Amino acid sequence: MKWGAAETKKGTRCRVLEGGSGAPVVFLHGAGGLLRDNPFLDALARRYHVFAPEWPGYGESTGEELLEDMLDFALHGWDLVDALGLRQPHLVGHSMGGMIAAEMACLAPREVGRLALVSPAGLWLDEHPIPDIFALLPAQLAELLFHDAQAGQALLTGGADLTDMEALKEFYLGTQRRLAMAGKILFPIPNRRLAKRLYRLTADTLVLWGAADRLIVPAYAARWQALIPGARVELVESAGHMLPYEQPEAFVRTLAGFLG
Amino acid sequence: MKFTWFNLMPWPYLPDDFRQRHRSVWVDIPSTLYDPRKGHHVYHTYLDQLEYAEALGFDGIGCNEHHQNAYGLMPSPNLIAAALARRTSRAAICVIGNSIAGYNPAIRVAEEFAMLDVISGGRLIAGFPVGTSMDTNFCYGQIPALTRDKYREAHDLIMKAWASDEPFAFDGTYNQLRWVNCWPKPIQQPHPPIYIPGGGSIETWDFCLDHDYNYSYLSFFGYLRGKSLLDGYWERVGRRGKDESPYRAAFAQIICVADTDAEAERLYAEHCLYFFNRCLHIFPPFADPPGYRTVATIKHGALSQLTLARQKILENLTWKQLVDERFVIAGSPETVRQQLEECIKGLRIGHLFCLFHNGDMPDWKTRHSSKLFAEKVMPHLRDLWPEWKHDERWWMHPMEDRLRPEEQRPGADRPGLEWPR
Repeated sequence: MKWGAAETKKGTRCRVLEGGSGAPVVFLHGAGGLLRDNPFLDALARRYHVFAPEWPGYGESTGEELLEDMLDFALHGWDLVDALGLRQPHLVGHSMGGMIAAEMACLAPREVGRLALVSPAGLWLDEHPIPDIFALLPAQLAELLFHDAQAGQALLTGGADLTDMEALKEFYLGTQRRLAMAGKILFPIPNRRLAKRLYRLTADTLVLWGAADRLIVPAYAARWQALIPGARVELVESAGHMLPYEQPEAFVRTLAGFLG
Repeated sequence: MKFTWFNLMPWPYLPDDFRQRHRSVWVDIPSTLYDPRKGHHVYHTYLDQLEYAEALGFDGIGCNEHHQNAYGLMPSPNLIAAALARRTSRAAICVIGNSIAGYNPAIRVAEEFAMLDVISGGRLIAGFPVGTSMDTNFCYGQIPALTRDKYREAHDLIMKAWASDEPFAFDGTYNQLRWVNCWPKPIQQPHPPIYIPGGGSIETWDFCLDHDYNYSYLSFFGYLRGKSLLDGYWERVGRRGKDESPYRAAFAQIICVADTDAEAERLYAEHCLYFFNRCLHIFPPFADPPGYRTVATIKHGALSQLTLARQKILENLTWKQLVDERFVIAGSPETVRQQLEECIKGLRIGHLFCLFHNGDMPDWKTRHSSKLFAEKVMPHLRDLWPEWKHDERWWMHPMEDRLRPEEQRPGADRPGLEWPR
């Protein structure tokens, strides 16, 4: 896969990881952004034409000041699809990206090929409050996101040595910038009333969840299934919230089985 | 110099093992640690102290806004200010201030501040803080990355509401109001003096200078550490071509006065340590959510939260450190005078927010320290800025006949309307 760029009509400039050929698949990353290594994207690119844009405020993408609320975020998603020249792509969204993909599909249900929501944010259940990701010590993050926290920590930092002050500073600034952006739709509670719009979905929908997700617990999968007409739910064992990174093979296998 | 007697109103009954048992004094501190019956006496003690400060000759008395915490018990500073407005007659009432990004709609602040200004006879000093992230983001749910934008809009709405003589429509992003028509209006025209309390946000300097507002640097870490920040501010003042009136800036300082330096330690050390060890025990992520500070500000300042260095400092503080590093200015009247002169001149400030009540300090010690200061220190520091003696741009302008209410009561000019005997 290689990095390209897309500029939307609104004026955001996004870096896009692109590769493969076949049916177009747009992957929308979660609040933490794409990590350094994304093996599940490489595997998907062997079967599909994969586009993984970085959201404004992430990596080298800019224009975060142009996006303020949920509607801006969802329309930005469609602006990107237009800028990339795609028609009816499959949408695959992870966590915050799942929330955005679902909102995009509510706005324009007939523009979506198939819809895959991977541990999506966007709903709230009082009996299962989601931990506040904006009030965490750096060391608490991996524990919450991964089934295997130790392996997860290495994935999160991309091998950077955080005992080095400069590396720590860079990691910290990047995290602050990414989560500042994510906070626009996730703070203080990651619910922008998607639930009342999901009835509009018409695309085939798969809801994928890590069985060991401690951030958004699997109980949410049932709620998504109840709200989306005809949605399928698949649980993946030995995977936490970062399912695509933690179990890339199972993730790609299940996803490919759904996308065809 | 203007001296304002400030009370943060901390909860004085936190247990000795508070730090070990709880992660934060703010946001998620168990409310079972609060006892409303004790709280009754706490509020009245603190209010009495503020009234006493006026009697001692302080220029102003001050309060501020914080939520869900044991550090400062004023979720509504305007209630405290209202109580003070009725029971005092001379001191400025400094509400530093209302965290305007948290009010929906923010017109509420224009109304309540106007009420306070009218009730007090034009003695209000109006503070507009962004609010700490604990308050504005975690307790009041405002989105960190949009907080400053919402703050600016709230400011524009309030100032326009005070300035306008006609009802107007306000089509904001966060406040949409078809009819804005502020009743009552403040006595002080065009508006009460505006103070902007800031930590280290460089954006705040320009905001103050754009509008000629006072910049209040509120830190508990003393003037030695505050110096580089205030130097940055004054450099900005110079670059913007503004005059260098010291009244453009205010600073908060913990002060403890006793007969001797040794006596100061004996009387006040434990209470100051209570303040630093318990009242500032904040879970670091609550103090710095992503988006609350701009990337420019983070890069400019030290990344203190990053290493938890700040919390480590607080954990092991000693009285000697507090005094040596000037977190606390403490000692005999002469020691305090010397150090405060250095503080005031070094920072170039015309307003000092004086913190005499600290942590769990008993009432008598608070009064003792305040009285010694008022009698033996304050008079010697009054005239440190002779060339700016007549600069009243950042001070209250009360109405003159407020002290003779009997002549001014509604109907007093219409004889025969007395209550029938």
